[in-house]
Amino acid sequence: MMKSKADEEDYWNSSKFKAFTFDDEDDEYSRLKESKQAVNSIRRLVEEDDDEDDVERVSWSGEPVGSISWSVRETAASNQRTDREPTFPKINTDTPTISKSHSGYSLSSLFKAGKTRGGNFQTFTDPLSDSSVRLYAPELRKPKSEYKDFVSDWSPEETVHRMQQGKAVSLEKFRSLQDKLLLLDFGVSAHDGNVITAVLIYLKRTLSKEVLFRELESRQTALRHFIHYLTETRDQRLLLELLRALGRTEDVALLQYKEHLSIADENKRRDFLKSCLSLPFSPEDSAHVQDHYTLMERQIIIEATDRQAERGGKVEIFQKFPRRASILNMPLITTLYYCCFYHYTESEGTYSSPLNIRHTFRISEKQYFVTALAARAKLKAWLDLDALFTSRNWLGFTRKKSPLSFHRVVDILQKNSAPTQVLQEYVGLIDDADLRISLAQKHKCHDIVINTYRDLKDRQLLLGYRGKVERGSAEERKINELLDNPQIRWKN
Amino acid sequence: MAHSARRDSPELPDFSLLKRLARDQLIYLLEQLPGKKDLFIEADLMSPLDRIANVSTLKQHEVDKLYKVEYKPIISTSDQLCFLIRPRIQTVKWICDVANADKAAGKFRRYKIIFTPQKFYACEAVLEEQGLFGDVTTDEWAFYLLPLDDDIISLELPEFFRDNFLAGDQRWVRTAGSALHLLHSVYGPFSKLYGIGRCAKMAYESWREQVEEGETKPRQAEIGNVFLIDRDVDFVTPLCSQVVYEGLVDDIFRIKCGCVEFGPDVTSSDKSLKVMLNSQDKVFNEIRNEHFSNVFGFLSQKARNLQTAYDKRRGMDIKQMKTFVSEELKGLKHEHRLLSLHIGASESIMKKKTKQDFQELLKTEHSLLEGFEIRECISFIEEHISRQVSMIESLRLLCLLSITENGLLPKDFRSLKAQYLQSYGVDHLLTFANLRQLGLLVEQQPGETLTVMESKVGKLVNDKTAGKLTDAFSSLARKSNFRALSRKLNLVPKSDEEYDLRVPRDMAYIFSGAYIPLSCKLIEQVLERDGWTGLEEVTRLLNGNEFAVTGANGADVKAKSDAQRIVLVMFLGGCTFSEISALRFLGRERGYKFIVVTTAITNSSRLIEALLDNHV
Repeated sequence: MMKSKADEEDYWNSSKFKAFTFDDEDDEYSRLKESKQAVNSIRRLVEEDDDEDDVERVSWSGEPVGSISWSVRETAASNQRTDREPTFPKINTDTPTISKSHSGYSLSSLFKAGKTRGGNFQTFTDPLSDSSVRLYAPELRKPKSEYKDFVSDWSPEETVHRMQQGKAVSLEKFRSLQDKLLLLDFGVSAHDGNVITAVLIYLKRTLSKEVLFRELESRQTALRHFIHYLTETRDQRLLLELLRALGRTEDVALLQYKEHLSIADENKRRDFLKSCLSLPFSPEDSAHVQDHYTLMERQIIIEATDRQAERGGKVEIFQKFPRRASILNMPLITTLYYCCFYHYTESEGTYSSPLNIRHTFRISEKQYFVTALAARAKLKAWLDLDALFTSRNWLGFTRKKSPLSFHRVVDILQKNSAPTQVLQEYVGLIDDADLRISLAQKHKCHDIVINTYRDLKDRQLLLGYRGKVERGSAEERKINELLDNPQIRWKN
Repeated sequence: MAHSARRDSPELPDFSLLKRLARDQLIYLLEQLPGKKDLFIEADLMSPLDRIANVSTLKQHEVDKLYKVEYKPIISTSDQLCFLIRPRIQTVKWICDVANADKAAGKFRRYKIIFTPQKFYACEAVLEEQGLFGDVTTDEWAFYLLPLDDDIISLELPEFFRDNFLAGDQRWVRTAGSALHLLHSVYGPFSKLYGIGRCAKMAYESWREQVEEGETKPRQAEIGNVFLIDRDVDFVTPLCSQVVYEGLVDDIFRIKCGCVEFGPDVTSSDKSLKVMLNSQDKVFNEIRNEHFSNVFGFLSQKARNLQTAYDKRRGMDIKQMKTFVSEELKGLKHEHRLLSLHIGASESIMKKKTKQDFQELLKTEHSLLEGFEIRECISFIEEHISRQVSMIESLRLLCLLSITENGLLPKDFRSLKAQYLQSYGVDHLLTFANLRQLGLLVEQQPGETLTVMESKVGKLVNDKTAGKLTDAFSSLARKSNFRALSRKLNLVPKSDEEYDLRVPRDMAYIFSGAYIPLSCKLIEQVLERDGWTGLEEVTRLLNGNEFAVTGANGADVKAKSDAQRIVLVMFLGGCTFSEISALRFLGRERGYKFIVVTTAITNSSRLIEALLDNHV
């Protein structure tokens, strides 16, 4: 075992590509022998049957002639198909089957015709009839040249059916619009996305855009496949044309807007965003895109100034807290945080002033508070917090106010490791007594707990709390004084 | 094996056969390219490949060096290159670049692409376009099903979800049908199939056609019943926080292909450790389905037992000690290792969850499910957003709000969207467009607007049947009707009753007794009623597309065979570990055994991530 481990490690060539390991199983080897036997026996079977060369042995689908599933299928096909009831019934899968919109040729009418009149339309009504199966089952083993003549005789439905099974087909003979659309509609009613896309690729090649777009408009399923195909192949130009033709203007706008993501250079990105402003967004989204552009514009200015300031080494805050990343392409709130961190005291006239950002982007009071709070707490600028929360009424009295509940404020402060003294102040401002006590206990704001119990005149709780504070501490002394105070009328 | 099942519970079929089939076929394909070759493997195929083969297997079939597909120029000196990839256009384009670069440099090599589980015409069209059709040969490796555990089989196709439900591309429908066909031909014949959802219906049709094309030999069935369900039938369940151990581990550490990587905080050493999580892990097997609140107690009990077993050594004589060492010690050590790992994981989970106010988060989720105190929920979400707590989490809560409330009030929608874009970037406009298209995050529409739009487009669409029209619009106008469904199916137990999580009384235990997963409840009801009779109102609220079909041999074997109590549930678009736990619970209660087949294991993060569009 050890040896094989070492072997495996050597096995990884020392390129920069990362190696990965497989689990080792003990019985691997015996299983391998089994597999090999199985495989060898299959190969013998293949060699008897087929002596085309290697490359030729792959059919359109690439179902390797001789694979396990191939041999399974071959055996199945060579067995005589007996007449039997289908074991499971066909259910209606609600696909917008065959449209007669512009092709003027409805398959649903074909179905009806087949049933009533019989005759010509037999193959449409019963796609799985024995005859059609027999038709293609045996010829798989014939050389290609022999069955080529057959290819051109398949109906659209048979062609779709063969494509589903991964067999060789030729679409070139479907030249009339009617035939092409039949092919597409049968693909859709077979629920096979692979086939639908295959037909669409053929249609894209052989139909003008105008005709193709027109026909797709009434075929939602096929249309979605086509859009997905164009997205995957990154055929942006055609996709935009298609969406425009369909009148899906919002999609057009979003798709074009998306392109900015692949522009790395910030100035080019900004300019691109500017060009997006005229796109047909919904009024609501249009405002968001405008904000995006404005923000990008600002970030470029702020970044340039700050980078210089940082390099200059003269601005203290950049020395004390070096910037960890560029502010470019960050969300608005991150930018606000950044500005509250590095540019808090700037007057509203500058681009980087938090107040300016707040006004330009219509940031709500609450949102502004949360962000400023977090930034100043990170810097441990507790005095700024004081100022942030203090409001003065017309008589000149000050009081603390917050658009955010004070227990959240405490939470944010605590996460920025505020000292107990600071925490205490804000815990004390929590209105709800229970919440106040539980947070005070959690953050060890002893004074608040003690004072609250005193106000509640709860001697028992105070006694209990004495056990939780440090021996000989100021808190303990305070509790003792209170307990000894004859003036207090305890309720218990 | 530690099955805590009812005594009369039937045995599960042996799925290791699927692995062997896949391996044999891969070996065969490798032999199609004789001689030494370098193998390039797509990143997301490596773990699945790991589960069925190993390096020496590949080496024996003349694979020289292994590389990961990285979309960069390659460094390889081999004159034969083999690529094992998913059928994706971008990967094929990269291979074309490689081959064309060789051509330009006058280097001659042979190239072979092995697509798995199947090839797509669109991929071959790329080869043709690039003038390489024929120079690059292609093959298919029909590796449809990977057994992750005794009762979980995965197609490992996470993209199924986005392709099918968001893009409306049905390329994987036949894949699902073929996977079912494979199971049917090895473990069938099935006697009854139930299902709900558009994709489920199509997958059924595809399977049925494949059955008719082939020949089934009469055999003793091992799986009797099948239930197919689309992910978009129930989006609520995968959007909820998971609180059952296995689900929680997946939410926090991300289980990948049945395997999880525990970091140093769990292993309490400086190394990370990759661990397989399945029924072979005895400790894990006993706690995986437990509500997290029970796990600690269980683990400490287990630790005490272990201690007692170790303590037996005291007072042993030499001979006893020798037997102890040779017979028990190894097992004890193994158990000890597992135990300390899961204890470490639980601790780490606790730490992470207390840090992010998990309790409050759960409270909000439960309120949403109940439809209670919605304003408080909205302000909780708002705060989440404004504090820039995880971008995914915020989106998940928004979606949960939208589905449970059947859309947001226009005022709320606008304000929450604006705040979201401010906190996480305006690029998410694209994400919002996706979520709207899928019906996950929408504005409440006054009834008329929709009708106007439908009739407007109705003029363009020529299909007459109304149902078809609704289908075309299902993505735009899908209504969740969650509240009504919840009432009809009693999904939210009355909140005034105590719920003992140690002795679960129903599947709601997987969500702390607050909610019975809709998907699993449907399965329970349909199995109980042997069809959809009596559930007409429910299926109407779920936008229809339900079916129940019987095979020819369904009726006669029904009564006696064990296979009738083996139920295969196939989730199209992914399922969560919580749902699997719920089904295991249901199985124990009713004497069924469930086998879960899923296109991929999902959870709230994966679901949301699949819909993000703020990257190139």
